[in-house]
Amino acid sequence: MIVEKSETLPVRVSEDVVRVRQLVRVHAVKAGFSLVDQTKIVTAASEIARNTIDYGGGGEARIESVTLGIRKGVRLTFSDKGPGIEDIERALRDGYTTGGGLGLGLSGAKRLSNEFDIQSAPGQGTTVSLARWK
Amino acid sequence: MAAPTPSMLPQLLDKHQAQLMKDWLAGQRAAGVVVDVESDERVRRFIAALRQGASSNADDVKNADWAAARDVLEQISRERALKGSTPVETVMFVFSLKDPLFALLRRECGSDADRLAREIANAMHLLDQLGLYTVEVFQKSREEVIGRQQEELLELSTPVVQLWDGVIAVPLIGTLDSARTQVVMESLLEEIVRTGAEIAIIDITGVPTVDTLVAQHLLKTVSAARLMGADCIISGIRPQIAQTIVHLGVELDVISKATMADAFAVALRRTGRMVVSRAGNGKGASKAENGDKAAGKTGAGQSGE
Repeated sequence: MIVEKSETLPVRVSEDVVRVRQLVRVHAVKAGFSLVDQTKIVTAASEIARNTIDYGGGGEARIESVTLGIRKGVRLTFSDKGPGIEDIERALRDGYTTGGGLGLGLSGAKRLSNEFDIQSAPGQGTTVSLARWK
Repeated sequence: MAAPTPSMLPQLLDKHQAQLMKDWLAGQRAAGVVVDVESDERVRRFIAALRQGASSNADDVKNADWAAARDVLEQISRERALKGSTPVETVMFVFSLKDPLFALLRRECGSDADRLAREIANAMHLLDQLGLYTVEVFQKSREEVIGRQQEELLELSTPVVQLWDGVIAVPLIGTLDSARTQVVMESLLEEIVRTGAEIAIIDITGVPTVDTLVAQHLLKTVSAARLMGADCIISGIRPQIAQTIVHLGVELDVISKATMADAFAVALRRTGRMVVSRAGNGKGASKAENGDKAAGKTGAGQSGE
């Protein structure tokens, strides 16, 4: 996988979520994503960015345009130094929430991406990476 | 910064005011500060204020003796902030005074190096504080502008319009965060009470991203409207949004339509009205009439004209 372009944004306040969404859209458009695919990755980014703020206490987002052979894609990495996730499997279950939301953000974002990974342990912070290919 | 002998700054400012003004204005020009018709007056006022502050021997510019100097700087900072100048450009108004002032001190002190060092340290201390104060005011003015714009946006973005007797609509535009939702919900509920509307159309054509938070906000608004006795229709769901919502797994348990026109048609049908073309009118003008269901009700519909 070759990284064509990489950008990093802070994710600390809710306005940052909007900024992340806009930048992800720029990358998705450049990768030639269809409108549906653009919307999917932008929405996934929105979910995870908000989790980074709400549960991780803020962190940063890395947005990358990547190519694998002839395929183009967008890879996102959100990392925070928050309390971490105790039970990742449970966090990924539909409807499970500790924050009063719908409990669909994490699982929904997973369904909206082609690749999805969470690295987290209590007290170690959380890193969520996801990618979507054209 | 307690000087054993009183600072020579006040009398120096008295004696060389004209020269200092000229040099300072030249310095401002060189530093890229906007010099306009008001600059002369401002520079004069600031030097007078500086003189007043310096002669009080108070070395903290937050002190009451420096009120006049702060006034001048506040005015300049606010003006610059509103005009969109950079903070550097704004603070250079103060900092560009350093060179001409230090040159004056050097000339005045002659070979008394000890005195010169003391005087320069004192003047620098004062000007640095004044510079910082300028930045502080500048920043605050900017924040005030941003805050006001945010409030204006909030107001602007939530009009509730009456489409027909018993049918109201809210076109949502932009990001639907918690604050916006609160405003939307309040104005929607108030309008339901005021108009006695049975149907509220929430149009999300202008909402670029519908994530779980937006969905949750929408659902809350819909439930609240339901409690007030009005059914909601969500319109403006584009194909990409529909697919994304399905993948997210959100159940939007509410009637939804692709366009506001479709939603309005449903609303008319539900309230027992229909839109028909007037026979014999080539222009295809249409008007709403009471449909079958509401045929008995009188005065329920407004005039179509």
